[in-house]
Amino acid sequence: MSTTTLRTSPADQVPTGTKPSARPRGRGRRGLLGSLTSHGILIVASLIALFPIAWLVFLSLGPDKDDYLHPGRIWDKMTFDNYTFVLQHTNFFEWMKSSLIVSLGTTVIGVLVAATTGYAVSRMRFPGYRKFMWVLLVTQMFPIAVLIVPMYEILSDLQLIDSYVGLVLVYCSTAVPYSAWLLKGYFDTIPFEIDEAGRVDGLSPFGTFFRLILPLAKPGLAVAAFYNFITAFGEVAFASTFMLDDSKYTFAVGLQSFVSEHDAQRNLMAATAVLIAIPVSAFFYLVQKNLVTGLTAGGTKG
Amino acid sequence: MTVAIDRATGKRVGDRGSRPGPFQRLKRGYQKYWYAYAMIAPVVVVLGGLVLYPLVRGLYLTLTDANSLNSARTIGVNHIDATYKFIGFDNYKDILWGPTSYDRFWSHFIWTIVWTALCVALHYCIGLGLALLLNQKMRGRTFYRLLLVLPWAVPTFVTVFGWRFMLADGGVINTMLDAVHLPSPLWLEDTFWQRFAAIMVNTWCGVPFMMVSLLGGLQSIDATLYEAAEMDGANAWQRFRFVTLPGLRSVSSTVVLLGIIWTFNQFAVIFLLFGNTAPDAQILVTWAYYLGFGQQPRDFAQSAAYGMLLLAILIVFTSFYRRWLNRNDQQLAI
Repeated sequence: MSTTTLRTSPADQVPTGTKPSARPRGRGRRGLLGSLTSHGILIVASLIALFPIAWLVFLSLGPDKDDYLHPGRIWDKMTFDNYTFVLQHTNFFEWMKSSLIVSLGTTVIGVLVAATTGYAVSRMRFPGYRKFMWVLLVTQMFPIAVLIVPMYEILSDLQLIDSYVGLVLVYCSTAVPYSAWLLKGYFDTIPFEIDEAGRVDGLSPFGTFFRLILPLAKPGLAVAAFYNFITAFGEVAFASTFMLDDSKYTFAVGLQSFVSEHDAQRNLMAATAVLIAIPVSAFFYLVQKNLVTGLTAGGTKG
Repeated sequence: MTVAIDRATGKRVGDRGSRPGPFQRLKRGYQKYWYAYAMIAPVVVVLGGLVLYPLVRGLYLTLTDANSLNSARTIGVNHIDATYKFIGFDNYKDILWGPTSYDRFWSHFIWTIVWTALCVALHYCIGLGLALLLNQKMRGRTFYRLLLVLPWAVPTFVTVFGWRFMLADGGVINTMLDAVHLPSPLWLEDTFWQRFAAIMVNTWCGVPFMMVSLLGGLQSIDATLYEAAEMDGANAWQRFRFVTLPGLRSVSSTVVLLGIIWTFNQFAVIFLLFGNTAPDAQILVTWAYYLGFGQQPRDFAQSAAYGMLLLAILIVFTSFYRRWLNRNDQQLAI
């Protein structure tokens, strides 16, 4: 939608706007030197960005748990044994199941619950609007420390410790207000004329929302869903406190269990980390272009 | 019944001017706004049940001496009821000016502020620098962009473990430092270097988000502004100073606020990097978690009190930040 126009058209314009701005005289020299420096800096930065991940992949090929201390030796004995071991003899697939259940549950509930609210706060000004927005903003800044103790108490009262439902509920406390914020930003970019047209044709606000706006807002919903998914997927504190049974660990907790024991199986840990990272990052790359425009839609609009 | 498009007509419709009695007003308000209230109802219910209720309970906990020894718990088949009692504001008093307040609260407080300020400054400066570079027309910029986004794409809990391997004594970073005859610090044991390492890792994790956001902001700046500045004889620095920076203001104020909140609350990096081994490198959030869940007996009341203090700090900060933005005629994009 308008986010795409936002992205593509200025992308073509800005460089043509800045480039000729180099004075004709200085142009050649600055072009060469400037682009050399630019490339240099970008290459260094890319290497820094890439290295820790590449290193993790490299270490995951070393069969011994102390190989990370003398990586030179890995070259001679590279093997995929760690991977086969992780897939066959650990709780990897159980962790995957937990992670997926919890993350998808959070995503679905978060987006479903937040959708109408995002629309309402984007289009309507009702008494209490400002207070409501303030509440939504404040919930964004809850440190985990605020909710974790009372949540722990409540969940143990309800016997929900060590259950997927409990963890999903906890995650919804952040996912829902966050999605509402995000979706508000997205709905703001959909022209109000569409609503007006719908109202003129006799649709109620609900009808306008469900029949006209919601189909248009699919990309926005997808962004919100994705954010919820990765947030829930990567959450550490609640997951490690509320999930006690190691077959119910999410990845974030399961990965720690390789070192929390007395012998640290770092080779297996590296392999697991790579197995987790590959699908997530692949997925991330598919959608990353839409992410930030979704998040700062209002902001980039200026 | 035209509430749906009020926004187009301008400001608040619910202006409480001279209206008839409160009941009438309520009724009229209901008729006029029930759509809006029905639409926000699901979120209100969720927030009430999942945020407000725990918050109130947490607030009550902070006024008690609850810990894992006197809370309700089940051992086998026996259920033991809670025996903690109300002690008023003693927890807060103890945290803020008790005998151990400096060691436990204020030292962590100072470090948290330093941590947040340094991290966000680094995120922003490096992110802006890279965004400016990527915004040029140059070969391979899509490729660079993809590589530079990598730290953001991989879940933090995965990359932090990667960093742990690298920072370990005898890990690749120290090996490289050795190779060029630089001192190799004990990254994961020495307080100063622990802090250094934490900031380094967090910067590495946080720059991509800033970079991509600011790149989006840069691309939305009108190119004709640059041309106009050029016509007026502005040099590169002046164009940056008077066109780029103002053009980025709205995005900047948003991402900086988000960055501050996220960094202040950053749990995963420090928790996963050090576990419980680095009492002095803990920021307030991880320290609160340690009090509540990392030690025996678990001190629930103090942990919750830390949580409340943290929330209070953030709310006060955000209010001032917003007011400051409003004074400068800016608005938060979020």
